[in-house]
Amino acid sequence: MTVTTIGTAQIHVDTEGFLTEYDEWSEDLGRQLAAQIGIELTDAHWKAIRFLRQDYPEQGETATLRRVSTLAGIPVKELFTLFPGKPAKKMAYIAGLPKPHGCV
Amino acid sequence: MRRLLVLGGGTAGTMVANKLRRRLDRAQWQITVVDQNDAHLYQPGLLFIPFGGYSPEQVVKPRRQFIGAGIDLVLGEIDRVDPEANVVLLADGQRLGYDYLVIATGTSPRPDQTPGMLGPLWRHSIFDFYSLDGATALAGALAAFDGGRLVVHIVDMPVKCPVAPLEFTFLAEAYFRHRGMRDRVEIVYATPLSGAFTKPIASAQLGTMLDERKIAVESDFMVERIDDDTKVLVSYDEREIPFDLLVTVPLNMGADCVARSGLGDELNYVPVDKHTLLSKAHGNIFAIGDANNIPTSKAGSVAHFSTDVFTDNFCQHVAGQPMTGSFDGHANCFVESGDGKGMLIDFNYDTEPLTGSYPIPVLGPFGLLRESTANHWGKLAFRWMYWHMLLPGRPIPLPAHMSMAGKHQPAVQQTTDQQTTESTSRKAGQS
Repeated sequence: MTVTTIGTAQIHVDTEGFLTEYDEWSEDLGRQLAAQIGIELTDAHWKAIRFLRQDYPEQGETATLRRVSTLAGIPVKELFTLFPGKPAKKMAYIAGLPKPHGCV
Repeated sequence: MRRLLVLGGGTAGTMVANKLRRRLDRAQWQITVVDQNDAHLYQPGLLFIPFGGYSPEQVVKPRRQFIGAGIDLVLGEIDRVDPEANVVLLADGQRLGYDYLVIATGTSPRPDQTPGMLGPLWRHSIFDFYSLDGATALAGALAAFDGGRLVVHIVDMPVKCPVAPLEFTFLAEAYFRHRGMRDRVEIVYATPLSGAFTKPIASAQLGTMLDERKIAVESDFMVERIDDDTKVLVSYDEREIPFDLLVTVPLNMGADCVARSGLGDELNYVPVDKHTLLSKAHGNIFAIGDANNIPTSKAGSVAHFSTDVFTDNFCQHVAGQPMTGSFDGHANCFVESGDGKGMLIDFNYDTEPLTGSYPIPVLGPFGLLRESTANHWGKLAFRWMYWHMLLPGRPIPLPAHMSMAGKHQPAVQQTTDQQTTESTSRKAGQS
């Protein structure tokens, strides 16, 4: 685990930069994490990020794209537009959650 | 009389019913298994059918033959569970009450979930091999294939037996080579994962094996639809993969009766405690085998190992005692790699598949993540074990919990405190 600084916040991250402490996250930090990967958060982004934040403590795991799509009502296609390339990982990074592990 | 009702007479349901029949007093406990038909399919055998390795008769037997004495088998379609009333309703109107319910309804390929999959090309140029019909039809298509682009494709994770698509790819490559037509077949492996497999060490090893066989990998490919007119897979990020022959693993979903009962997650899997398999919502419902949402492989080995832990736990639970067993997510899979060879992987929730060797008295050791003929023969011998040892619930000398014996420990990953924000964000952006 590594300590890094985003803006003024000291946060714990893993070797790929994913936040490891759920409670170190704030919406302001989320905005800065998004900026790090070139995303400016709109209301549409926040709908997905807030769902991930609320779902994680209940499930103990980061939601998959399909789960976000089904339960938050955001089509997968839209998630690819909002978080281009690798939406599941980018959403987790911004939401301060562990990288979703592809189930073995 | 206390009533245990088991939904599903597949690998997990049959094992559990047989094991618990020996443990629960017949004067006090009635055990009933419900399934929609009397055909038990040996699912690991499906992999070999497209290449003419097994006939359908070798992989299907009557369920009744494996359900032990003292267990009732009810054939009928399950409509839904009413967990408040402790009743299961069948489509024909039967009502089966229970004191304890074990859901073992598995997971199934759902080609209907991808637009274009069940179109005019289905079973003509598009095949699955996770069903007996699909595997049998694919055998004909492979025999008739005279060259072009074969795409092996996974819609989304999790899928049951997650190594099977790779095994199919290795076997197809060897098959075309032996027919002297490998130079006329381009093989592409399209996966929603970022590499050949989920975990780093196995992914690297299996990725190298794909490279050596000149099989192209299209990673992070999340299919949105199939265009039947142009014979192209189209992803959400608008990449296209053309095919002449598509062998796809459709989206896997738990049973619809789980969804109708309000007991499932977004893929109809029953959320359970990953160590005890007890439903998170109901204290008298367990979900075993592929039907639950535990974060390990959907595989017969997991059903087997978890059942060992589950059986003891169940007896404690119904006696009002705390459950002391804790399932560790142990999975153990033979991986066919073609040319009469195979590999073995062994892992659990916390330990990814590693290299090394897997000790088994007399037969072993088997090489882990290393190709050998012994592993191939181990895989073939398993069919006998399955029918004669595993389903009847006889003890098999494999420990339920994963052991580190024989495994090579990877070097601990070095981390530093000097990592900069810049490199951190760059990695996340790439990954």
